[in-house]
Amino acid sequence: MSAAVLQKQFESLLGGHLGWQEKPAAEAVPSGIPEIDRATGGLPRGCLTEIFGAPSSGRASLLVSILAWATARQEFCALVDAEDAFDPLSAAAAGVDLPRLLWIRCGHNAEHALRAADLLLEGGGFGVVALDLGDTPAPAARRISLTSWFRLRRAVEHTPTVLIAVERQSNAKTCASLMLELSRERVRWSGGKLDSARLLGGMRVAVARRKPGLAITAVFESGAEPNGAATIGSGQDAGQFVPE
Amino acid sequence: MFACLHGTGNLAAVAFDFSPLVERTAPDTVTCDVAGLDRLFGAAQELAAALARRAAETGAQADVALAANPDAAICAARGFSGVSIVPQGDEAKFLGRLPVSLLRPSAELQETLERWGIRRFQDLAALPPLGIAERLGEEGLRLRELARGEAERKLTPLEEPSRFEEELDLEYPVELLEPLEFLLARLLNGLTTRLATRGLATNELRLCLYLETRATQERTLRLPVPSLDGKSFLKLLRLDLAAHPPAAPIERIKLGVNPVKPQAAQGGLFVPAAPEPVKLELTLARIQAIVGEGRAGCPELLDTHRPDAFRMRTGDRLHCPKALVEPGGQTALSQGAVLAPRGQCCLSPAPFAFRMYRPPRMARVTLVSGQPSFLAAERIRGRILERAGPWRTCGDWWTIDPWSRDEWDIALSDGALYRIYCEPRGWFVEGSYD
Repeated sequence: MSAAVLQKQFESLLGGHLGWQEKPAAEAVPSGIPEIDRATGGLPRGCLTEIFGAPSSGRASLLVSILAWATARQEFCALVDAEDAFDPLSAAAAGVDLPRLLWIRCGHNAEHALRAADLLLEGGGFGVVALDLGDTPAPAARRISLTSWFRLRRAVEHTPTVLIAVERQSNAKTCASLMLELSRERVRWSGGKLDSARLLGGMRVAVARRKPGLAITAVFESGAEPNGAATIGSGQDAGQFVPE
Repeated sequence: MFACLHGTGNLAAVAFDFSPLVERTAPDTVTCDVAGLDRLFGAAQELAAALARRAAETGAQADVALAANPDAAICAARGFSGVSIVPQGDEAKFLGRLPVSLLRPSAELQETLERWGIRRFQDLAALPPLGIAERLGEEGLRLRELARGEAERKLTPLEEPSRFEEELDLEYPVELLEPLEFLLARLLNGLTTRLATRGLATNELRLCLYLETRATQERTLRLPVPSLDGKSFLKLLRLDLAAHPPAAPIERIKLGVNPVKPQAAQGGLFVPAAPEPVKLELTLARIQAIVGEGRAGCPELLDTHRPDAFRMRTGDRLHCPKALVEPGGQTALSQGAVLAPRGQCCLSPAPFAFRMYRPPRMARVTLVSGQPSFLAAERIRGRILERAGPWRTCGDWWTIDPWSRDEWDIALSDGALYRIYCEPRGWFVEGSYD
């Protein structure tokens, strides 16, 4: 007898539909980039969110934005930095409240990073715990067993913590509740190629939600315009998201 | 009501656990005022049992006596073993069988009493006061009062020690951490109990290990907030000793704590959850055991233009949470508070972040017309497609460690954006924009 038949019998016996298999929707927090929040509904608490993409695809910018908004909400955040790549200066400029950020420098050791993240989740009390494997070579990141990811997912379950993993490729597979793939569309330079005062202004990033549900793409601009005005979500091109 | 402890060990510490008014009557005798403690402990028997229990916990061996006046309590504690309760009004009868030598008369008076055949309290108590005053003088009268349990006097208060320290001399040197942990647990238990009875907590643990080689090893653990969690203290000490093991077997242990007022803070309904400070300290100690000391903490920018100038603040790690979110402030805690209005926040909408390479990767750069055109470094190689620069920066030229460099932001053919720089030592890749 199939489970569906059993469920129907059970429901007919008790009268009415039972939502006993339905899980309540996880509370979500904003990432700080409205285009991504509109496409994803925010970052779920108590779940693993995987952000992956090639180098210079905007992963660190998204991570810094998440940390900035979390610290602005007066939450305490932890960044487990496997490759010792975090730049406090650019993070502070982006609005991260550094006294509310615990930075664990793992000295190019992904295994240490996993253990540190596990301990932080076990300790609890953090709004965001970010595991940055963005500069870890892809083969080393692939060697992280699925068991380790399951362990992290289990540790963050039923907690108000947002667990974020930043990588080059998706490795957590089924353990991630939200998967965002980032790719750079174009780089914004100010001035011509021969201009001596030329500046690297930012980049346009496409974010593809790979999980859950149908793939949805959002586009946002990272970095401010040279005149200082923020471009995010204000232009016609930026901020649109369309189903793939 | 007065209590007297007679025996060996740190009796004053035991007495201070129960009363602020303590008198060191003799090196082996401590008397304290326990009036009013019946509300806390109930009957006098309960209080006496609690005193005896506490003395046993701290390793002291003491006979305990309770009486209506201090001298009766002292005589009972010195005369009877175990716990004694001297009934009020029947002191003379209760103490009657004790030898007169307990009153510690002068040698001359002792001899006189011996000659008279006065050997017990009851014999002395039965003598007429006028006759004693005529023959033995004032001292004789005082002894008679003591023997009758009628002497009334004020206690000479002992100043409470402000230093909370415990020492332990070991019979044989300890080599392993596990047995050392047991000993530390014992010391910590005594110290935290002493602190708790005074309504205090501690924010600093000082451990001094006296080694077999006559050397000493001192470790100091500072906590971000005062606490009384002995189990966490023990775990912190264990992790610290595992990270800094003693160089030789340990002969003597001294553990001290810094007594401070406990922090009383009321959490707010709308204040986001924060890590529990002592638990966080423990977590960080465990993480530091994995990643290394000084590699976990809050980054703090330094007041300089030198690139990558920061320090890790490891002492007072995380700022304590504010009491409440500002009225009208954004909490984003409630269900559905996903998209916060941007106007309420002054944050940069989408930052342009940078990833550092620590240490910077040495590079080989090919120049064409003074501009970099090809880059080769560790795990980085490609043609430079776009560039911006050079941006010249320098600083600290007034110190012995000046710096100067020319920076370029480049787009490489491998698809990534890098920041490279040239300094007198050569070319380096500082990191990538991401």
